[in-house]
Amino acid sequence: MPAYSLTINNKPVTVDAEPDMPLLWVIRDIIGLKGTKFGCGIAQCGACTVHLGGSAVRSCGLPISAVAGQKITTIEGLTGNQQGEMVQKAWIEEQVPQCGYCQSGQIMSAVALLHRTPRPTDAEIDIAMQGNICRCGCYERIRKAIHLAASMQTPPASLKKSLTRS
Amino acid sequence: MSSTHKIARRAFLRHTSLSGLALILGVSSMNHADAADVQKMSAGDIPPAGLGDLPEHYGITPYISIEPSGKITIINPKPEMGQGTWQSIPSLIAEELEVSLDRVTIINSSGQKEIPGQSAGGSTSVRGSYASLRKVGASAREMLCTAASRTWNVPVTECKADNGRIIHTPTGKSLGYGELVAVASTLDVPANPVLKDPKDFKILGKSTPRPDIPLKVTGKAVYGIDMELPGMVYASVERCPVFGGKLVSYDDSAALKVKGVIRTVKAERVLGKNRYEGIAVIAGNYWAALKGRKALKVVWDYQGFDSFNTKDYEQHLRELAKTDGLIAHNAGDFDNAMAGATRKLEALYETPIVAHATMEPMNCLAHWQEGDKVDIWTSVQGASIVKRELSGSLGIPQENITPHISFLGGGFGRRLAADYAGEAAGISKAVGKPVKVVWTREDDIQLGPFRPMTFSAMKGGVSADGKAIAFQHKVISPSISATKNANYDKTKPDHSMTEGISDQEYEIPNMKNAYVFADIHIPMQPWRSVTSSTLAFAHECFIDEMAAAAGKDPMAFRMEMLTKETDTKRLLTKLKEVSDWDKPLPQGWGRGVAQYKFFAGLAGHVVEVSTQKDGSIRIEKVHCVLDLGTVVNPDMAKANTEGAIVMGIIAATKDAIAFEKGRSLQSNFHNFRMLRINEMPALNVHILADGGPVIKGVGEPGLPPVAPALANAIFAATGKRIRRLPIDLTHPTV
Repeated sequence: MPAYSLTINNKPVTVDAEPDMPLLWVIRDIIGLKGTKFGCGIAQCGACTVHLGGSAVRSCGLPISAVAGQKITTIEGLTGNQQGEMVQKAWIEEQVPQCGYCQSGQIMSAVALLHRTPRPTDAEIDIAMQGNICRCGCYERIRKAIHLAASMQTPPASLKKSLTRS
Repeated sequence: MSSTHKIARRAFLRHTSLSGLALILGVSSMNHADAADVQKMSAGDIPPAGLGDLPEHYGITPYISIEPSGKITIINPKPEMGQGTWQSIPSLIAEELEVSLDRVTIINSSGQKEIPGQSAGGSTSVRGSYASLRKVGASAREMLCTAASRTWNVPVTECKADNGRIIHTPTGKSLGYGELVAVASTLDVPANPVLKDPKDFKILGKSTPRPDIPLKVTGKAVYGIDMELPGMVYASVERCPVFGGKLVSYDDSAALKVKGVIRTVKAERVLGKNRYEGIAVIAGNYWAALKGRKALKVVWDYQGFDSFNTKDYEQHLRELAKTDGLIAHNAGDFDNAMAGATRKLEALYETPIVAHATMEPMNCLAHWQEGDKVDIWTSVQGASIVKRELSGSLGIPQENITPHISFLGGGFGRRLAADYAGEAAGISKAVGKPVKVVWTREDDIQLGPFRPMTFSAMKGGVSADGKAIAFQHKVISPSISATKNANYDKTKPDHSMTEGISDQEYEIPNMKNAYVFADIHIPMQPWRSVTSSTLAFAHECFIDEMAAAAGKDPMAFRMEMLTKETDTKRLLTKLKEVSDWDKPLPQGWGRGVAQYKFFAGLAGHVVEVSTQKDGSIRIEKVHCVLDLGTVVNPDMAKANTEGAIVMGIIAATKDAIAFEKGRSLQSNFHNFRMLRINEMPALNVHILADGGPVIKGVGEPGLPPVAPALANAIFAATGKRIRRLPIDLTHPTV
């Protein structure tokens, strides 16, 4: 079985896997990080969303051979990441999850969005988040939590000024 | 002392010893070495639900364990599937016990004999536990107070409980609960503990944050699919795509050549009276099992069931609609009133089969051990369901089965069946190892059990002065029970299939409701809000048709039929207010109202839609009032209702499950579509909780009124009367 090296949550790992094994199953069953979820297997639901070099991707459709040598971040990798923790805090504040199964994927998509677009509009949220299904229907709270996280991470203009001065 | 007291005393002693014993068994029906493995099983840094390692402790009741260290554990018998029982159920105990939830460790029950009602469904968890579990907490609190009064030799009236400690009010000295349990556990259980006055509640009735949410935003929450055991193997099961087919033969030579595949074994899935065969491909990892499964060559004998298709079956239902069926409810003289009505209306409403499609596909880790004992780790709506079903399907005593329930990635009624757990247990027995079976999304959507379709033949009579004087709702449908129970009695009306149609509070003097049974070989299952999820559509759209025939505003027409002070009157009065019913809408918009009262509770919606330039319909806003009586967590009730509205919109406007050549055409989220964030209407949810003795359900009532309120809004906006679901919003057709 071929060996593949990649960086997961800033840690280098080497895994033995068949080339066509999706990144999702490598993360879950070989590396043992269970926060990334299996939902559909055809990149339709977003439960398996991780970051590949900072962009949100569906890990269920990405063969391990295609991501060898790359930097992957999973939901577990948000711990200690300021932007990630901000989003998680907003999610708690808005009491977003119900069953919670899709939420790792939702949060990974939201963090990638805020990284690109620190103050997203509703339309930008619609585009960035429509690949993530929530069967419990938490969408309204997801939208609120993204706006809240955006407001938490962007210091008000006055604060910015004083920081620059000092 | 009264006999009640003596019984309580005996009950307590039994509970004390048994809860200790049972909790220890919960950890180590496996031996000690395995218990250590259990710690490794945890995907995150929390122990898997139901497997907390409890050292020396005193079981105050089967639900509470207090250790001398002061650690308090509450056992939750209602699996958390998103509805919030991880917060609401422990709060009932914690409120009366006088301890804040953040000081409590919550574990799920594992089928302990002395804990009743270990399942969640029918929106019953909170309303069914509100009285009993508060009493449990209050008993424990009183015993701890008594223990303190004896320790200090002071009157018990001078002792009060405050967040994990008993305080001697005159002196301010205090002892922690842990320091008191040794004495408290020797006391009698109070037969009638004094419950707190609701005005003193610190948790109940407040929007307290849910303790599961921090776990769910960090990936640490453990679901059934996350469970692992050392030495376990994975399986994917090929099952007949046509219900009723039988296995003739299979060739696994190509499957066995797939790297990682170990072997294949026959599998059996038991769903009520049905036994479905399958071939399990066993592998060292799940991907290999999946690939091996695709390489199987299987010969099935479809037994003629491959001729089944939805179109013909629907035509069959339309023919059956012409028959009288069995009377389910009869009031006044319907036939006579109908004959004398000025306006006579008739309509046939049609709804489809749908799948539950929980986000977490079905899965189970089963470990069959010597002596026909089996441990089950899975996402299921109740430990008791696993014990009951597996005992029946596997032929072993219930005490041999130990369920370990994690968080559920959705339930919606699908996980009231444990077919997937029984199948996994059988595979583990055949393989001699722990086996984790994971269903694909295709398995989940195509293999049922499903929500049944219902057709409704409606008749209504309106008097010259515009009053509803005669009403008939005749349901034509398969029966959920009949698809499961071999002893189903077709000669009696199936009240679960006529759910709610005779319970609405409209004062219509002459009513004759009926049920026409339609046989089907496809397995059916309760789906969130069960039959009300489809019957409300016909019922409340037809009320609108009668309003139109009477030339009246749909809200006014309903209110005129509600002269008595009923819950429905209160609900609609509030709904009219919060939805600004009388405020004019922009050109091209329309609003519709619907309510439905059924076993789970009562809710009403006003939906606002707009017509787009291309003729498509956009759902702009959903106003909702949920009538509860008493609420345990308002924000959670709101969240449940928001979710019910979304699920209702999906069922009303997205894909149906349709059969062709005996198999489901829909297979995954590309053709069994869900609502996405960009399609969300604005939501305006109100919780009506004026207190009082009645407590109603939360999880389901927000669903049934969605489809009729939407169809009524489309009628208001376009004049098109839609009588069939799902509605194609891009081209709404009559």
